[in-house]
Amino acid sequence: MRLAIVGAGAVGTAVAELAGEYGHTVTGLADSSSGVVDGDGIDVDAALERKRSEGAVGANAPDDVLHGPYEVLVEATPTTLGNAEPGFGHVRTALDRDRHAVLANKGPVAERYGDVRALEEKSAGDLLFEATVGGAIPVLSTIADVGAGNVSAVRGVLNGTANFVLSRMAAEGLSYEHVLAEAQDLGVAEADPSFDVEGTDAALKCVIVANVLAEDDREFTLADAEVSGIRDLQASALDLATEAGQTIRLIGEVSGGDVRVGPRLVPEHGTLAVGGTRNIVQLETAHAGRLNISGRGAGGPETASAVLADVGRLGE
Amino acid sequence: MSDSPDGVGPYTIRLELVDRPGELLRALAPIADNGGNLLSIFHERGNVTPRGQIPVEVDLEATPEQFDAIVDGLREAEITVIQAGAERYSEEVTVILVGHLVDTDLSNTLSTVQESTGASVQAVSLSAPEGTETESSARLRLATHSGEIDAVLADIREIAAEKQLQVIEPLTGGEAE
Repeated sequence: MRLAIVGAGAVGTAVAELAGEYGHTVTGLADSSSGVVDGDGIDVDAALERKRSEGAVGANAPDDVLHGPYEVLVEATPTTLGNAEPGFGHVRTALDRDRHAVLANKGPVAERYGDVRALEEKSAGDLLFEATVGGAIPVLSTIADVGAGNVSAVRGVLNGTANFVLSRMAAEGLSYEHVLAEAQDLGVAEADPSFDVEGTDAALKCVIVANVLAEDDREFTLADAEVSGIRDLQASALDLATEAGQTIRLIGEVSGGDVRVGPRLVPEHGTLAVGGTRNIVQLETAHAGRLNISGRGAGGPETASAVLADVGRLGE
Repeated sequence: MSDSPDGVGPYTIRLELVDRPGELLRALAPIADNGGNLLSIFHERGNVTPRGQIPVEVDLEATPEQFDAIVDGLREAEITVIQAGAERYSEEVTVILVGHLVDTDLSNTLSTVQESTGASVQAVSLSAPEGTETESSARLRLATHSGEIDAVLADIREIAAEKQLQVIEPLTGGEAE
């Protein structure tokens, strides 16, 4: 299939680089200020090299990519809250043109789920967004396979940065500030880590899961989530947890119409106490019992693999 | 301690009374009526539960048969029995509180938790590595009645919110089951 990729960060870049391996052709690539379009396939390496040297992927405008030749639009611009623009507008353009849209950007499906579903309804194109929840971990496709109606609860560790900070604090007895600085040095945490450590990122993922589980009966947004982060957590709290055979993880939970994210006590060596930047998702199902899926919840190639899995599903 | 099965033994009953004149007397009647020996009454007028009731703790001596009759009598009189002596707490739950625990009167926090949730505080560990002036953490182990953990946790969230403390709750359900 022909893919147009909007967003040339870690995920968009990785999708462009891997698309060929999966049998697809990249016919457009845009960052926030430039674009490159070629119906026969763009030269991905040249575009990325040009971005590195000149700060632009090509001579076209980003809009030319949106309106260019493709079957699937890959939306990989940064997640925005509220009206979820410009991601939402990109999805609308693709669906209005009866093209498919595959999202790595959480904004449109977390903040305007009803709106994007209505656009999809009117379109001959489909909307898929596996990459928005749990990076490489197939959370949404597992829910689809099990059947949303058969899933009673979903919980887990959905933010690698927060998990890294908590596991380091527990293992080394270090303060939050110390570990965060270390995470920033390692590139695990961003310069502004608010989205991760305040629980917003995990909450958006949970809201997306809640929307999928609600099967269009009810729409959730970030405002429906009860969120608390790990910023004020003392190293002493982790010590107290360890003494009792427990540890603390930032857990997101979707259950019975409630969406909650916050630091929670879990058994120290239990399933949910994954280490480092690893993520884990636990599904409670009606007939299959409990399913645990863990893996890498972020990263360019990891998240790109989820995007390309969606593209593969569209071809079925 | 070894009380003979048929002998007289000590019991504690925790009640919640409607704030109305004569309620305390009405609550004590079934004890006297059934031959219980009243040892002490702890009536906390100043501490109203979230349900707007006044917690009362009664210690008494009675035989097991008398005690059963007393609890039945209280329930027939529609007095809220939160906990009755021989009845054991069946579930335990651990929470961690983080914040200005000492400044916000930890012992008051603990007694409020105990009184308004009906749970019993079994153990408390306080960790204040930088002294009591700064933020610290406390681990509470609570014993609750079967099926009441969610309600107890909801009450603790409310108490903590009032004192601007962060509660780290266990994950109930899931692997914590």
